[in-house]
Parts: sequence; C-alpha cells; structure tokens
Amino acid sequence: MVEVNEKIAIEHGLKSDEYKKICDLLKRTPNITEIGVFSAMWNEHCSYKSSRKHLKKLHTKGDQVIQGPGENAGVVDIEDDDAIVFKIESHNHPSFIEPYQGAATGVGGIMRDVFTMGARPIANLNSIHFGSPNHEKTRNLLRGVVKGIGGYGNCIGVPTIAGQTCFDESYNGNILVNAMTLGLVNKNKIFYSKAAGINKPVIYVGSKTGRDGIHGASMASAIFDDKIEEKKPTVQVGDPFTEKLLLEACLELMAGKSIISIQDMGAAGLTSSSIEMASKGDLGIEIDLTKVPCREENMTPYEIMLSESQERMLIVLEEGKENEAKKIFDKWNLDFAVIGKTTNSKNIELFFKNEKVAEIPIDFLAENAPMYDRKWIKTKLPKEIKFSKDQFKSLKLSDCLKKVLIDPNIVDKEWIWDQYDHTVMGDTIQKPGGNAGVVRVHGTNKAVAASVDSSATYCHAHPLTGGKQVVCESWRNMISVGAKPIAITNCLNFGNPEKEKNMGEFVECVEGITVASKYLNYPVVSGNVSFYNETKDKGIKPTPSIGGIGLLSNYKEMMTMELKNEGNYLLVIGKTEGHLDQSAFARNILSEFNGPPPEVNLFNEKQNGMSVLNLKNKNLIETCHDVSLGGILIAISKMSINSGKGVKLFPLEGLVNKFEYFFGEDQGRYIIEIKPENLENVENMLKKDSIYFDKLGLVEGNKIILKNEIKISIEDIKEDYKKWLKEYMVN
Amino acid sequence: MKSSVIIFPGSNCDRDMDVALKKFGFENQMVWHNDAEIPKSDLIVLPGGFSYGDYLRCGSIAGKSRIIKSVIDFANSGGLVLGICNGFQILTETGLLPGILQQNKYLNFICKNVFVKIKNKENKYFKNIKKQVLELHIAHNEGNYFCTNDELKSIEDNGQIAVTYCDHKGNDDEKNNPNGALKNIAGIFNKDKNILGMMPHPERMIDPFLSGEDGSLFFENLIESL
Repeated sequence: MVEVNEKIAIEHGLKSDEYKKICDLLKRTPNITEIGVFSAMWNEHCSYKSSRKHLKKLHTKGDQVIQGPGENAGVVDIEDDDAIVFKIESHNHPSFIEPYQGAATGVGGIMRDVFTMGARPIANLNSIHFGSPNHEKTRNLLRGVVKGIGGYGNCIGVPTIAGQTCFDESYNGNILVNAMTLGLVNKNKIFYSKAAGINKPVIYVGSKTGRDGIHGASMASAIFDDKIEEKKPTVQVGDPFTEKLLLEACLELMAGKSIISIQDMGAAGLTSSSIEMASKGDLGIEIDLTKVPCREENMTPYEIMLSESQERMLIVLEEGKENEAKKIFDKWNLDFAVIGKTTNSKNIELFFKNEKVAEIPIDFLAENAPMYDRKWIKTKLPKEIKFSKDQFKSLKLSDCLKKVLIDPNIVDKEWIWDQYDHTVMGDTIQKPGGNAGVVRVHGTNKAVAASVDSSATYCHAHPLTGGKQVVCESWRNMISVGAKPIAITNCLNFGNPEKEKNMGEFVECVEGITVASKYLNYPVVSGNVSFYNETKDKGIKPTPSIGGIGLLSNYKEMMTMELKNEGNYLLVIGKTEGHLDQSAFARNILSEFNGPPPEVNLFNEKQNGMSVLNLKNKNLIETCHDVSLGGILIAISKMSINSGKGVKLFPLEGLVNKFEYFFGEDQGRYIIEIKPENLENVENMLKKDSIYFDKLGLVEGNKIILKNEIKISIEDIKEDYKKWLKEYMVN
Repeated sequence: MKSSVIIFPGSNCDRDMDVALKKFGFENQMVWHNDAEIPKSDLIVLPGGFSYGDYLRCGSIAGKSRIIKSVIDFANSGGLVLGICNGFQILTETGLLPGILQQNKYLNFICKNVFVKIKNKENKYFKNIKKQVLELHIAHNEGNYFCTNDELKSIEDNGQIAVTYCDHKGNDDEKNNPNGALKNIAGIFNKDKNILGMMPHPERMIDPFLSGEDGSLFFENLIESL
C-alpha cells in the first residue's frame, strides 16, 4: 500500500497546512483511502471553504420556503399540497474538457438532486457561456454542449423549457454549463438526506461503480493549464437510460413508506453521499466496500470511494424493508445492494475483504472542514463615460438597430433549443425564446414559470450592482409572463478565490444578490458555487446565474411577448434615462467597453413590477416584454419578429438623445401592449401609483417605423436575427 | 373503446399518450413490456421515448421484447396498432412496417412544429378528418425514413404512405423536409392499413395552450371510426 506523505496530499489538491491539520485531527498519518476521502470532502467544490462564510448572508427565508439551502435542492410551496423542488448546478470544468459528456452529466446530476427529494422533474433549463465566436474552440464546444444537454434531457423525457446562451472572450478557456431542474412534489411527501436511527440498512442502487470520474470534484476545484486535455479520464460518462429507470424506480419506492433518507451520489460519489447522510443525522456509518456493485475488476477501496460514476443513489431504509425495495429495483433492472448500516460511532468505517480500510470521525470531514476568510478587495464604481455629440453624428437609428440585433448575445437561439425536446410531458405552454418558460402543473389550473439569467458584463464592471441587477432581471422575467415571482436558485461562477480581486467579485456579487432578493422578497433556496474558472492566469468575468421561478394561479392568464392586435398601444413602464455605458449599443456601435452598469433602483423595480402584475390581474395587458440587453428598440424588434406585426413609434418628445432613449439599458422597465379602450384606465392606474411610463407607439402594419428616422420591414431584420447562429454553426 | 399503451423501459411519452387517449374517450390501460399478454383492446399504442435507451439501434431491443409477440399477433389478426416516434421505429424493427428510420439528415435532434399532408384517408386513422394538412409536432433524432426502391414502389402502389412533411399549403417537396426522409415520408401504414407508424406526436397537440390543436382532430376521428 502507498505510504501517504505531504507530497501525496498535495497531489490530491490539499494544501500543506490542510494535510498537517488532517494528521493532527487523526493523531496519525492517514492511509491512502483516507487521504482520498479527505481530499474529496475538503476540496472547494464539496466543502465551500472559500464561500461558506459569505453564503450564510444570503436571504433564504420566506413564507413559501419549505426548504432552503443545505439539502439536495430547495423546496417552495405553490399552494394546495403542491411544492416545487428546484436547483441549479454548474458542470463547467468537465464540459470544457469533454463537452458532450460534461454537459450531459451536468443535466443528469441536477435531475437526480431533484428526484432524490421525491419530486418528478417537470422542466429543465440551462445557462451556457462560451468564448468569443471567433475563438477556435467555441463552435465545437457549443455543438458538444448542446448535444449533451439534449442527449440527456430528451432521453429522460423532461422538457427543456428555457435557457440562456452568452458569448464573451473571458470564457475562451473556461466555458460555463449551468443546468437547472424543477420538480413537482406533494409537500407532505418530501424526502431528505438526513439519516436517523442506528443499525438501519444502507442501500446502494442504480448503475455499477466504475473508474470514471475519480477525483472529478477535485478537478472542479482546480485551475486549468496546458495539460488540461489529459484530464479527460476524470470526466464522468452519462447514461440517461439508466437514469430514467432510476427515476421511475425511486419514485415507485417513494410511494411507500420504507425510506428514511436518500441521497444521490454526485460529486465525490459514495464518499460525500454517505458522509452527508450520517453527518446530518449525527450518526456513524459502516460500509463494506466488497458489496458495492462494480463495473470493473479489482477496484480498490480508494477507487470505489472516489468514483463519480453516474446514476447511483444511496438510501437508508427502515429495517425489514429490503425485500420490498429490492423487488422494485429488480423490476427496473437496476443494481440493488445492502452495503452497510448506520451506527452510533459517529465515524465512517470502511471495510474491504473483511479488513477495516478506513476510519474517520465524521466531524473531521464535515464540520471541521477548513473554512477560509479569504482576502478580498472592493471594485470601485467606474466613472461614467462622457459620450460626445460627434460620436452620434453620423449614426442612423436603423443601421444601429440592425447591427445590435445581430450581437451574438442577442440573436435568435433557435438552433439551440430546436435540439431540446421542449414539449414532452404535454404541459409546456411557453416555449424557449420568450421571457420565461412556463409549464402547467399537471392536471391543475396552475402553472410554473422559470428562467435563468446572468449579466457578466454588468457584474464585471461593478459586482455589487451586477449582483442586484441579475436578481431583478429574473424577477422581471417572471412578471413578464404574468407569474408571481417566488424564489431563486443561484449558480455562482467565479475565478480563483485565492486572488483578492476574484474573491472580491464573489463577495460583492453575493451581497448584491442578497440585497435585491431581500428587497423583492425573492429568496435564494438552493445553489452552488464554482470557483477556479481560470486558465493560465486568466479568469472568467464574474458570472452569477440566477434561476428564478414564479407561479401563475391560472395558466390561461399567462402573458407572452408576441404583439397581438393592430391599433393597440405600446407603453414603456419605468423611466428611460438612457444609460449607454456597458450596453450592447456601446460595445457594438461605439466600441466602448468601460463605464458603470445601469443603476439598480430596487424601489422602482418593485413598484414597476407590481403595477404590471396588477394590470395583468385586471386583464388590461395584451402583451408584455421586459426591456433588457439592447434596450427598447431591441425589445420592440423581438416582439415584432416573433409576431410578424409592425410598430409605429411616436416621435420623441423633448431634447432626449434618441440613441440613449432607444438603446439605453436602464433597469426596471417593461413594454406592455394595451387595447385602445383600456388606455385611459391603464394611464389613470399608473398615475395613481406614481409609476413612470411613456407612450411608445402603436401596433401597426409589418414595419418598424419612426417618422424620418426608421423604416424597417420586419421580414428583413427577422432573417438576419434568425440566421446568425445557424450560419455560424454551419461554417 | 379500449386502448392499451405499452410501456418499455425508457418510454417517455407514455403518460402524454394516456392523457390524450382518455381525453378523447378511450378507456386506456398501461401495459408493462415484460408482461406476456395484452388485455382486450381495440387499439394498441407504442409510445415515443427511448425504449431500452435506444441502444444498439432505435427500437431494436423493444422489437424483441416479451410483449412484442402479443402486439404482432394482435396486428396480424387485424387489430389497430399505432406507433408514434419511437413506436414507429419499433414497428419497423419488428417488420410490421417496411423500411427503417435513420439519423436525421443534419445529424441534430429536431423539436418543432411541422405540417403534414394526409395522403390516404381510406383507413380508420384519417377517415373523417376534414383537413388535408395538419400541424403536428416532431421531436426526434432518428426520423429520416428510408426503404429500398422495391419497397417504395410497393408502399406507393398500395397507398401505404400515410402522411408526408409539407408546408402549410400542403407542398410536400424537399424544401419542407425536416429530416431527410425519403419522399418526405412522416408516417406509413402496413398493406391492410390497420398499422400506422408516424414520427409526429399528435398527443402533444391536443389543447389550444400547447403547440397547437390538430392532434385533437386525429384522436377525435380515431375514437369515432373505431
């Protein structure tokens, strides 16, 4: 057996003082299996050692929260006896190394987190970020990731209802793949990971254990270098078919009363699942590794404990229920093995071929895991850019519109979502491409809306504002489909936390998220952190992805962004100051990449949003779309393109710079379509609530028209908008 | 009317089909792939999904499953058998329908609304549908129908082409072919027209809030004509 020393500990990604702490805690040198277990539990991915201190500040409480962070996923009440289980998780590092399998197993992992809690998955979403379209790797990575997400989700038969795709050169060496799943559960039948009672059988179900993914969690906690391709063997391989069987078998077993606790084997496999269950129950656990179903011969205890083979679950059962449970797994042709029991020792004890191969107090692995208060620095609010009149002189609104509309971050993403089954399960009432995806709660009048958002550009310019903004954008997306925003899950993608700047970005984004979610009563109920998104010293822009969900009590009242009827009025809710810094217009037209992001005014955000919901509840809104990337003119264009209906814009009043007005990215704004007969009523209501609004124009014809300024046929811009990504992928 | 939906491990449109059949008045039951017999039925449906993971080849393992013998017997005695998507793939694997379904021409999974033209109404599946063109939904990776020239001649001669991909006006030319299928074929019958396999999913189009409602026409006709 290999003798463990500091060098070996460091090869496992531990720091030398961490190794010393292990030896001190154990009062001896750990053996190789034990060092493997420590390294798996103490790495950033599992221990949250750099982030824990700050995550505690997140706003996690609310009337509808049944379960906040700390479980496999968050749970919120959606009235009657229904609850939604949901979470977002990153699979960034593996997806860069092996895009198909990395993305596929990301989807598989997040779905397991959700059905582990007893919920049937009803919708998938994703947020994916790639390097510059000009980078040599981008095309293949995008193709592989999309195929991987589709390959897994389509096979399981869960619709992928929304998502987000971004391109930015900061992801050239580190793409982001964040996958989110929503599941539906009866709120009285939720399953948790906390074990209870001693001498209860510990059951292994699902796929066999192989050598794939060994040290996956450690890899996810490391920065990349030139040799990253060599890490391919640490990427897990997914089998969606087995996961589908596992899903059905688990839900069948959950219908009975034999499960005490259940946990999927995700990052750090058998190690973290067994330790988490025991730790939460304040128990010990004993496992005979000889009994673990293995796919390959001569696997060592070390390999069995650290394998990240997919589609596996660990269950603590009531005594005497083993046969009943085994019958179900036999029916679905899945492995089932009693591999151990709970104990009162508060240790994890591993046996192999009748020999004890590891014994570690569970405290050491969980509560005593290192926690760092890393140094960080604040990012100053950048100075506003003073654009000179000359810069706008030669510009034409219509040319600018055409150019901004084909910004890769704005163009139509149909090439992507056509490859995802978004209609299976027969309840998708709003498909990808809208403000949010919406699925009905099967057999009821309710529907759940969901979206994923990120704004790395804003977060990069000023993390505190960016953190607030992305929560607001998610909130706005819920409102725009007519849903009451309920809660969020966050996937925090950042660079190297050992660098003060990166750590500062993290701390301030988390603060921004916290402030906004508290103000909007939009709590964070689950999430994950992905640090070390860095290659050769170059880190990504700070990218918190926010997955939001909202509830429609009557799905028939859902709003969409397609323009409805000729002669209807368009109003912009919220004030347009014309903030161009950090806008798509500034980047594409003025080649200006600096300046502060648009200010987030939470008071206005909330007032504006609530007033839109209020109007919707009174049945006064025909169409709604939030104004985000690209500003008003881009929002109008998308509404027109999706419906084939034109817009006649009213002439601008006052001295406002038209470019600032039409392309500014001020926050808290919506465009709504109102029937002429409702206009007066709506105006009065908005005035009464002191909501700022502009009358923007009328739905008319098949062109976007602004007198003496713009005359663009929808067909023209539609073609450019629709074809960009398709052509990019073919070339 | 009684219907049975077969569940294979990996089927994932079984529930959707169950919902649709019941909505239009069928008394539906779910049948497990490992059962030996199918309860008395007027219609058997092989639903969409990825039976047995579609490993080896789409539908090939399901085509050898325990229940499939009963399906074949039922079909051969004139019973109505409908295979949607993966179900269509299974029917070609069992030999109940001619030809095969290859990977889509552009090698991508496709999920979107398409139009199909009804080519033959002299059968129970399309008899009383007034429209000639239906808007349905496809979601597949292997829907590129192919068969030999002899087979093609025979299915054409026997009126076995059920539906072809087309535009909203019914032009079923190459321009309106989403997956490369031979002659734009989206669905075919056996010679006796009691077996229908098709790639589009009518069960996903049964409600104005879904992608469309033309699936309703399909099921309304089916229960009427049985």
